[in-house]
Amino acid sequence: MDFTYTETQDMIRDTLSRFLADTYDFETRQKFINSDTGRDPAIWTALAQELGMLGAAFAEEHGGLGGGALENAIVMEELGKVLGIEPYLPTVVIAGGALKAVGGAQADKFIPEIIAGNVIVAFAYAEPQGRYDLANLRTTAKKDGAGYLLSGHKSVVYAAPWATHLLVTARTGGGQRDRDGVSLFLIDANLPGIVRRDYPTVDGSRASEIYFENVAMPADALLGGEGAALPLIEQIVDEATIAVCAEATGVMQKLHEGTLEYTQQRKQFGVPIAKFQVLQHRMVDMFMEVEQARSMTIMGTLKLDLPAAERKAAVSAAKSKVSRGAKFVGQNAVQTHGGIGITQELAIGHYFKRATMIEGQFGSADYHLDRYEQLTLAD
Amino acid sequence: MDMEFSPEDLAFQREVREFIAENYPADLRAKQDEGEEMAKEDFLAWHKILYKKGWVAPAWPVEYGGTGWTPTQRFIWSEETARADCIRLLPFGLAMVGPVIYTFGTPEQRAFFLPRILSGEDWWCQGYSEPGSGSDLASLRTTAVRDGDHYVVNGQKTWTTLAQHADWGFFLVRTDKDAKQQEGISFLLIDMKSPGITVRPIITLGGEHEVNEVWLEDVRVPVEQRVYEENKGWTCAKFLLAHERTGIAGVAASKRGVEKVKAIARTELDGDKPLLANPFFKRKIAELEVDLTALEFTELRSLAGANAGKGPGPESSLLKIKGSEIQQRLTELTLEAVGHYGAPYFRGFGEGDNEHPIGPDYAHRAAPTYFNTRKTTIYGGSNEIQRNIIAKMVLGL
Repeated sequence: MDFTYTETQDMIRDTLSRFLADTYDFETRQKFINSDTGRDPAIWTALAQELGMLGAAFAEEHGGLGGGALENAIVMEELGKVLGIEPYLPTVVIAGGALKAVGGAQADKFIPEIIAGNVIVAFAYAEPQGRYDLANLRTTAKKDGAGYLLSGHKSVVYAAPWATHLLVTARTGGGQRDRDGVSLFLIDANLPGIVRRDYPTVDGSRASEIYFENVAMPADALLGGEGAALPLIEQIVDEATIAVCAEATGVMQKLHEGTLEYTQQRKQFGVPIAKFQVLQHRMVDMFMEVEQARSMTIMGTLKLDLPAAERKAAVSAAKSKVSRGAKFVGQNAVQTHGGIGITQELAIGHYFKRATMIEGQFGSADYHLDRYEQLTLAD
Repeated sequence: MDMEFSPEDLAFQREVREFIAENYPADLRAKQDEGEEMAKEDFLAWHKILYKKGWVAPAWPVEYGGTGWTPTQRFIWSEETARADCIRLLPFGLAMVGPVIYTFGTPEQRAFFLPRILSGEDWWCQGYSEPGSGSDLASLRTTAVRDGDHYVVNGQKTWTTLAQHADWGFFLVRTDKDAKQQEGISFLLIDMKSPGITVRPIITLGGEHEVNEVWLEDVRVPVEQRVYEENKGWTCAKFLLAHERTGIAGVAASKRGVEKVKAIARTELDGDKPLLANPFFKRKIAELEVDLTALEFTELRSLAGANAGKGPGPESSLLKIKGSEIQQRLTELTLEAVGHYGAPYFRGFGEGDNEHPIGPDYAHRAAPTYFNTRKTTIYGGSNEIQRNIIAKMVLGL
């Protein structure tokens, strides 16, 4: 048993953490998230080309560093610490994960482009009626000659305004909630017939409603088997869920540290408020949630390669725990700060907003506890 | 013991329902249904209708413009206005400074200010908290120094709700630096248009401009605008804090909130069923309803005490703690119910902007409201302070 990181992994964390300390301080972040485009593209380019960070989780044959889920978790945790809005999750973890899984010509074509920072992917999976069910799809892809015609509406597609490509789930057969008949496509984001409505999100990112109106997709847009992609989609969403748990760990750690620091400066009744036992115990409880979130992220990361049922149970255990922890730590960080915690002025409130959105991302605590029960407690 | 309304109370309830149905402004209703932020004129529209009817200040003594209703009738009133989702009347004049003025003010102060509060002519704000004085309010440092017939006021206040619209503010200021903390404070009424006052917005997490910083620099305030004796302002402040806590349970509004969450959960889908059929979600609604009932009957017991002539005591801290927690859970459930559509940030309808918000109407304020409602366990004496009050005053610890 060994829970230590390799030298390369330590180096990835150190390099990234130093880079983000220089480029991603809170004021700078606020400036670019409030700009017209909502991001600073130079950061993504630097992550790719100066740091080689976008290759950390890819095989050496594609130009990567030979890592995987642990490297993704390291990058996501560091991004969480600075409230990073870089599209690492949809591009590297999700699209990269799908490409690694299918391999072949598509992987050879896209992975080097992702590593170079030239391709940004947004993951268009959610639909207005679907909640967290990945198979609940009204979007359809109909055979049209050698290719497909894509029609439907995808909701709240994070990073879509910045994306060069879209990873889209659609139905090539079956009924609206069937496990069979689901397919996965990687397409150019600017194909004719794609209509986007872009908007900011409450946690500082950008997203879009995307409407596909008979979008002609080439045959090689299909990733994996036609109508048989649900297991692949579930796998990459599980990988993404763990990556979000890692991000949450970074967010929660900063919420906790910020609270410790503030309570030692803030004086009321003649003493720093950190001297009050009721606040001490609360900060101890927050600390325990951060530690458990870190433990569950590591547990989930190490179990991503297990057979599907075990993998799903582990991921759901991690996400349910992290969702609850993120809520507890976020709410108590704000409460302990008092009024200043709910203003835009201090970073703490922005960490709280991201923690809140993480709670529901890829499934709420209830959703994942339910999935865990079905997998492990069936009669 | 009896929990039924009397025939007179039931008749009153019918009268109230009819009045609201006939008089509540339709455009205000439409704006609320769209989930828009409320502007100054929105708050005043309903206020003025109630003023005309003579119902704007049910809690005030009749001689100053109150309705003379029994506590039960006042309870019915707050139930019915919440049930009909009427906009809340702002508390700063009607529920806060008004009662201070009729309890502690001079005849001149009563004659001048009370009618203007009732009519809505004056918009009030509260100058209490300071950057260094939150829970420890008595440590406040804004000073008022006598200069002939005036005080000269210097300092900074914060969290001043809707001060951007205010005509008048009631301020706690230090008039004796050498006295013990709570003994050197006075209660001043200050014209917000006085030279030397600067109001700066504080933007909160949902993007709202609701609270402000108020800077006072050599602001001259006539001595006759002090309420009660010099250095005895803490008496007014304590009275007002107890007053502020009585309505803070928000039972009626939370009941309305539960209905709204249920309506959303009937519309939102979870698989092929409404979300309300999801056992986990349903259980959380049930728990909330049970807790709300416990709060309601605790408040009713306290109300029965008020009917018997007992004023609100420290047990009102219980109502504040439980009431604010329930308000927060409601916003949590709403955000959970709307799923993905909690994420889009809708900046409000700008000038000439007809673009519709993203997702269903009930979704786009869910996250900002959740963020904003974290304030309820902080303001009005944080819940930690309320627990201290119960420990000390109720349990005698």
